[in-house]
Amino acid sequence: MPKKITIEPVTRVEGHGKVTIHLDDERNVVQSRLHIVEFRGFERFIQGRPYWEAPVLVQRLCGICPVSHHLAAAKAMDVIVGAGTGEGLTPAGEKMRRLMHYGQIFQSHVLHFFHLASPDLLFGIDADPMVRNIIGVAMEHKELAVQGVMMRKFGQEIIEVTAGKKIHGTGAIPGGINKNLTPEERDRFLNGADPLNAGKMIEWAEEAIDFFTSYHAKNKEFIDNFAAFPSAHLSLVREDGAMDLYHGVLRAVDANGKVILHDVDYQDYLDYIAEEVRSWTYMKFPYLKEYGKQTGWYRVGPLARLNTCDFIPTPRAQKAFEKFRAYTNGKPNNMSMHMHWARLIEVLHAGEMIKQLLEDPDLQSEDLVVKGERQPEGVGVIEAPRGTLFHHYRVSEQDQITMANLIVSTTNNNEPMNRAVEDVAKKYLTGQEEIKEGMLNAVEVAIRAYDPCLSCATHALGKMPLKITLLDSNGKVLDKKIKS
Amino acid sequence: MKNTIELTINGEKTEAMQGEYIVDAARRQGIYIPTLCNLPGIKPAGSCRICTVFVNDRLMTSCTTPVGRGMEIVTESKELDDFRNSVVELLLVEGNHLCPSCEKGGNCELQAMGYRLKVMAPRFPYQFPDREIDANNPKLIKDHNRCILCKRCIRTIFDEEGHHIFAFRYRGHDLQIIIDPTYGKNMTDEQAQKAMDNCPVGALLYRGIGFSTPIGKRKYDKKPIGSEIENKRRKEVLS
Repeated sequence: MPKKITIEPVTRVEGHGKVTIHLDDERNVVQSRLHIVEFRGFERFIQGRPYWEAPVLVQRLCGICPVSHHLAAAKAMDVIVGAGTGEGLTPAGEKMRRLMHYGQIFQSHVLHFFHLASPDLLFGIDADPMVRNIIGVAMEHKELAVQGVMMRKFGQEIIEVTAGKKIHGTGAIPGGINKNLTPEERDRFLNGADPLNAGKMIEWAEEAIDFFTSYHAKNKEFIDNFAAFPSAHLSLVREDGAMDLYHGVLRAVDANGKVILHDVDYQDYLDYIAEEVRSWTYMKFPYLKEYGKQTGWYRVGPLARLNTCDFIPTPRAQKAFEKFRAYTNGKPNNMSMHMHWARLIEVLHAGEMIKQLLEDPDLQSEDLVVKGERQPEGVGVIEAPRGTLFHHYRVSEQDQITMANLIVSTTNNNEPMNRAVEDVAKKYLTGQEEIKEGMLNAVEVAIRAYDPCLSCATHALGKMPLKITLLDSNGKVLDKKIKS
Repeated sequence: MKNTIELTINGEKTEAMQGEYIVDAARRQGIYIPTLCNLPGIKPAGSCRICTVFVNDRLMTSCTTPVGRGMEIVTESKELDDFRNSVVELLLVEGNHLCPSCEKGGNCELQAMGYRLKVMAPRFPYQFPDREIDANNPKLIKDHNRCILCKRCIRTIFDEEGHHIFAFRYRGHDLQIIIDPTYGKNMTDEQAQKAMDNCPVGALLYRGIGFSTPIGKRKYDKKPIGSEIENKRRKEVLS
């Protein structure tokens, strides 16, 4: 008898997601979907607001990555105020923002890996959920848990000195930044007592990569095959092909590494990217126009960034990158769980970038803002922790926002996350009579590899217990499980 | 002294200048009475009522009541705290005050008053009025969602010939400030900046600049509203 399994909501993610899995008479998975079922509507209610409010207002989309929205909106507003993109700002303006951004990447990746994903690796997908959480990590792997907490704290404090607050600051303003970095603030991060200094953070980031690679060596089958599927990959890269998480041009490669989007200016993103609406979810499906809805979808995020860039411009992360690329013989890596490996390499890169920026005297400059000829429209794109983030605004002559289009990282990863869910559902649920918690957690593990924050995508908020219902084809409840 | 009169504030005998308002007399003594519509040196409007005090056991607005000989004034009590809280709560529910994205945050007197009076959740239902943002003036944007109708802009901003640049229009729930189309057309940068600075909330926004003061450097980031007046008294007591 055909059945439908619902996982609602998905846990250890920020926001409200639901997974439905349909089984046929032979208990084969015939369809699985990740639904994002809440709606917040920032694109609409920002209309009418003065444009300089956007960077502060839209960051409220998220409490994990507000800096990414703050900076993407600020970059769009740079264009609006005539400051241009990227290099248009003063050195202090650009570098303070970069410092803020790398602080954000650092803390958010650490949160993602240590707090949200590591319990699955340390205890196993089907371990007791009472243990399989960050408290369990703290009890059983104290050192690792402390590292996670302190690394996140370091990143948050970098954000605080650049944006004014750890969460929802106001540092980036159209055309620049509202403060520089004092020598005292700089010295605190460069020479602070262990572990809260840049040197220790870099050391711990390297240890985290070692932790993952040694886990990988022991669990190759799981890490290499879990939710692995070919796809295109898209991200910003610096004009010389280097990884650049703050600014660059858009590049996409296919599953074999062929460049399919050739380093284009993101101001023209609408020429290359479109979004498809499907009736069963509020989250849209972006795709590369040239390749169409069926084949034009792509992945974004750490894995995509390591697949699109030619090199990483910091030495230790570059070494780690070389090992990462060698694992797939230089070809794009299409293994979803390798997202965590890529994420940790980015943590190392962010640590190195933070140190490099802190040592730059431009951060003490008083020259913070530039403005030029006012423009009616601007696009800001940034590599947020979860992937490429697009902010696009139109502004009236009266300085009021008339249009906003946000394509957030989670939305860019919509199709890949659905594919990952399907892949895992097929492997873990096909032919199964009874729902076991571990099987359903496997589905969540796939989602968590991409994203711990679904709310950005349609801008939902909240954390709720997991509810699972097994229905037959007539809608009769066959089995029900609830966990909190 | 000839021009002084004796009165009592919070049980302490003190002197005040003949003709001055209670709020100013208290301020000179280092006693802070919360105000929102009042601006020192400007003719009071008495519109917000938050400066209400007991004068000889009667509730009076201290910004519009001149001192009188032998007055017994009480500026602080549980009843007054509750009354003032209710005023702030009414102001918060009556408009659309979304502090997280308001550029006046940290410099906003209404927000600072909410913090000072420890206003948590308003006891009144939010009204969510449908109000517009008027961006037609070349220097200022008017956000009616945040206006508390204190008349500070009307009372303090004039053109070179002394004409009011701001005025009220409509009545009752529809009452709102307008920028006079004739006298406001040529508003200078200084006048526009002054209007924004004098506005106790974020209803008047100087065009094109926002969030330029970093968090930590804003007026009320580190010290509560009124502390500058109370610190004066504290210093005098210590010395």
